Amino acid sequence: MELYEYSAHELSKMLSEKKCSSEELTKSVLNRAAATDEKVGAYLTICGDNALKKAREVDEKRSKENLHPLAGIPIGIKDNISTKGLLTTCASKMLYNYVPPFDAFVMNKVNGADMVVTGKLNMDEFAMGSSTENSYFKKTHNPHNLDCVPGGSSGGSAAAVAAGSAVISLGSDTGGSIRMPASYCGVVGLKPTYGSVSRYGLVAFASSLDQIGPMARNVTDTAMLYSVICGHDNMDSTSAEHEYPDFAANLNSDVNGLKIGIPAEYFGEGVDDSVKESVMNTVRELEKQGAEIVEISLPSTKYALNAYYIISSAEASSNLARFDGVKYGYRTENYENLIDMYEKTRSEGFGDEVKRRIMLGTFVLSSGFFDAYYKKAKLVALEIVKEFNAAFGKCDVIATPATPGTAFKLGENMGDPTKMYAADICTVTVNIAGLPAISVPCGKVNNMPVGLQFIGRKFSEQTLLNTALAVEELNGEAKPVNV
Amino acid sequence: MEYETIVGLEVHAELNTKTKIYCNCKNAFGLEVNTQICPICTGMPGTLPTLNEKVVEYAVKMGHATNCSINNVCKQDRKNYFYPDLPKAYQISQADIPLCEHGYVDIMLNGEEKRIGITRIHIEEDAGKMLHNDAFQGSLVDFNRCGVPLIEIVSEPDMRSSAEAKAYLDTLKSILQYIDISDCKMEQGSIRCDVNVSVRPKGSTEFGKRVEMKNVNSFSGAMRAIDYESNRQIEALERGEEINQETRRWDDAKGQNFLLRSKEDAQDYRYFPEPDLGTIYVPKERVEELKKQIPELPNAKIKRYVKELGLSQTDAELIAENLPRCRLFDECVKLGGCSAKNVSNWVLADVSKYMNETGKDIAETNLTAEKLVKIISLIESEKISNNSGKIIFEEIVNGGDDIDKIIEDKGLAQISDDSAIEKIVNDVLAANQKSVDDYRGGKTNALGFLVGQCMKASKGQANPAKCKELVLKYLNG
Repeated sequence: MELYEYSAHELSKMLSEKKCSSEELTKSVLNRAAATDEKVGAYLTICGDNALKKAREVDEKRSKENLHPLAGIPIGIKDNISTKGLLTTCASKMLYNYVPPFDAFVMNKVNGADMVVTGKLNMDEFAMGSSTENSYFKKTHNPHNLDCVPGGSSGGSAAAVAAGSAVISLGSDTGGSIRMPASYCGVVGLKPTYGSVSRYGLVAFASSLDQIGPMARNVTDTAMLYSVICGHDNMDSTSAEHEYPDFAANLNSDVNGLKIGIPAEYFGEGVDDSVKESVMNTVRELEKQGAEIVEISLPSTKYALNAYYIISSAEASSNLARFDGVKYGYRTENYENLIDMYEKTRSEGFGDEVKRRIMLGTFVLSSGFFDAYYKKAKLVALEIVKEFNAAFGKCDVIATPATPGTAFKLGENMGDPTKMYAADICTVTVNIAGLPAISVPCGKVNNMPVGLQFIGRKFSEQTLLNTALAVEELNGEAKPVNV
Repeated sequence: MEYETIVGLEVHAELNTKTKIYCNCKNAFGLEVNTQICPICTGMPGTLPTLNEKVVEYAVKMGHATNCSINNVCKQDRKNYFYPDLPKAYQISQADIPLCEHGYVDIMLNGEEKRIGITRIHIEEDAGKMLHNDAFQGSLVDFNRCGVPLIEIVSEPDMRSSAEAKAYLDTLKSILQYIDISDCKMEQGSIRCDVNVSVRPKGSTEFGKRVEMKNVNSFSGAMRAIDYESNRQIEALERGEEINQETRRWDDAKGQNFLLRSKEDAQDYRYFPEPDLGTIYVPKERVEELKKQIPELPNAKIKRYVKELGLSQTDAELIAENLPRCRLFDECVKLGGCSAKNVSNWVLADVSKYMNETGKDIAETNLTAEKLVKIISLIESEKISNNSGKIIFEEIVNGGDDIDKIIEDKGLAQISDDSAIEKIVNDVLAANQKSVDDYRGGKTNALGFLVGQCMKASKGQANPAKCKELVLKYLNG
């Protein structure tokens, strides 16, 4: 068995017992990336030399002191997370040459734990999309079927982990961007409680919804990485003051007495029957282990997609206004004056989907339309929060499909934005309500992975990880896919 | 037809907090370009703002000082527009819920008091500065000013002339200085204002179409801009034209304004709540604590000076308008031991002269309230002459410290003792018989000469009034 095939928790043990070195492991992962990435296209930037240098340093350090459990473990980073001295493009032409002068909060944590960054991972441009087809640079393919998309927007983060070209990775989730690709690629993805991971250094898409989260091939690795990145940051005013447990140490797959809510609204029209079946079969297995199934209702779910696209696009239109060609990134070559420079730079620098959302967001914030769209969407958001609160009076976690179907074919939805948006139907409510949710593989349909989503109360990540672990134990931890 | 001019002002004041509003960069003027910057104030991707609490406190103080109600709970909003000096392409400001609102200030004009409504005061961040230079093509941007905290003070359309507007601006400026939240240096742009002008036939109660003027960079410029715009509108109305609601740019050098944009081209700033920042919450107790920190404000001072200290309205206003002067005056009066009127004379004459001539603040010198009171009381008790007082003052502001020693070294003690002066007078008169005769023969100007000789004989230490009295007594005796 090659080193890249092991999980992070196995490697952690192997490294500390000196059964392998971080250099050997990093080489194995880089070789795997070299062997697969031409087909998968998970990476935008591979920093092999830096990774090996870091790995050797960690090996050296290990001979002198006790290190973090994840020290020396290779990790891939979504390309919208600022990495000092390392290209951070957001998969956009607009930032094709942008090298941040500072590290994101999560990178300080990752570096502080002595993890080895192997490179930056592909994504939909500025995290807008559900297939990673909106990357300016390349398409990422689903390792389970190269004709299929990996999901998005953290498609590179999911595909790299699934293919074994990364042991673990960081993604970001604004409306499902971690959970959907996790589901499509058969890996685990956690969207943490809003405020539990600092957004400092995450290039903003929709500030009130964005959250960085861990992705891995199994629940334990996910828990270990989440423990690294969570915590208060006084550089982020929306960061929560909260005490976090050692999630991996506290993992417990006993679901006896756990109340699992099943909302009818997430099993209705538009969700594939085979996906519903796969999810419900798994939930029934947990019932056999002593979990209690509770029917709940989240009626405002039908407005969630509209509210999500209004709020996220509104914030995006403002967040992305700074990409104007003045200070960094792309600037058009020929222009007559300032306005001309702005118009050409932004027309040429942004892809279609980004422009679509900027226009949508600009429209809903315009005077005369603000009340009808933005304000109303915020009212829907309040209603969704209320309904979740009521639901959590009856159950501990809510189980839903993570996606309405399995991974679709590349190009299949590109001509129809609304169909593409509909793929987010199971995930957006979670961001609107600021809740944590996890997607864990629960089986396959037509040879493609299906993800089960558990949604929890704020800061109930331990419960979500525990429940996901129970699911994982039914099928076993995922291994890198043959590509 | 007679017209009435209606003026409303939007005043931006830079706050003198140590650091910027959303990052830890230094809030300082005049430093080398692009040295007081960081990824946050230059809006680099992924950075986030965190609010400097001092900014809120300063703004609440201004709210108290202008009789506003304070909103304990308010929020910040994004004002979206593109310009190279605004690196995020939005300014964090406050839209529908300002920190302070519904206040007023009283202004004094020609001895009459008038109340001007304050609509609102909100906090926001300043933008950078564009640098245009013939030495290179295009423009450069200095981001040092990005994120410097501002308050915007919006008045009601309550002013009826440029003079009232000037009085209002002077009043705001002195309040800002009194509560020490802004340096108020016009030349550094730390106070700027946008001027709104409309006119209407006298007696009418409806407002005319309002024209906003940008680029008004001084208080006197504001007066010129208002007078110009009001005349422009009146002339247009007289010609039968209509006034358009529009924004115009004031050119102070040309003494004219020019159309910047019409109402149709008005920018839509697409305000929405800033999602990167939480709700601002100022507990009621904190609001009250801040209220207690507000010192006696200029208007109250002027009234007290006139009513309780017997100063003239003009002197009271002159003292109150200048904070260092007013602090010195108040301290002297508080110490007591001399008349407030004499303190006022000294502060407005010698102290002001010194400050104007040297550009120095009196606090930078050795002159304390205690020393000034001592000088004045020595004069009042005729221990030294008025002239000697001025000499001592000069010595002190130029580094001297011990008044008694200066008096001794320079021999400034005044001789008021009758017998001592009588001896000098007798000696002088005996030595100047001709002048005595002249006086007695009707040449009364000989008196001045004789008194002068007495002063000379006393080396200037004799009390001149006493000398004159005794000389006359002798001559007429």
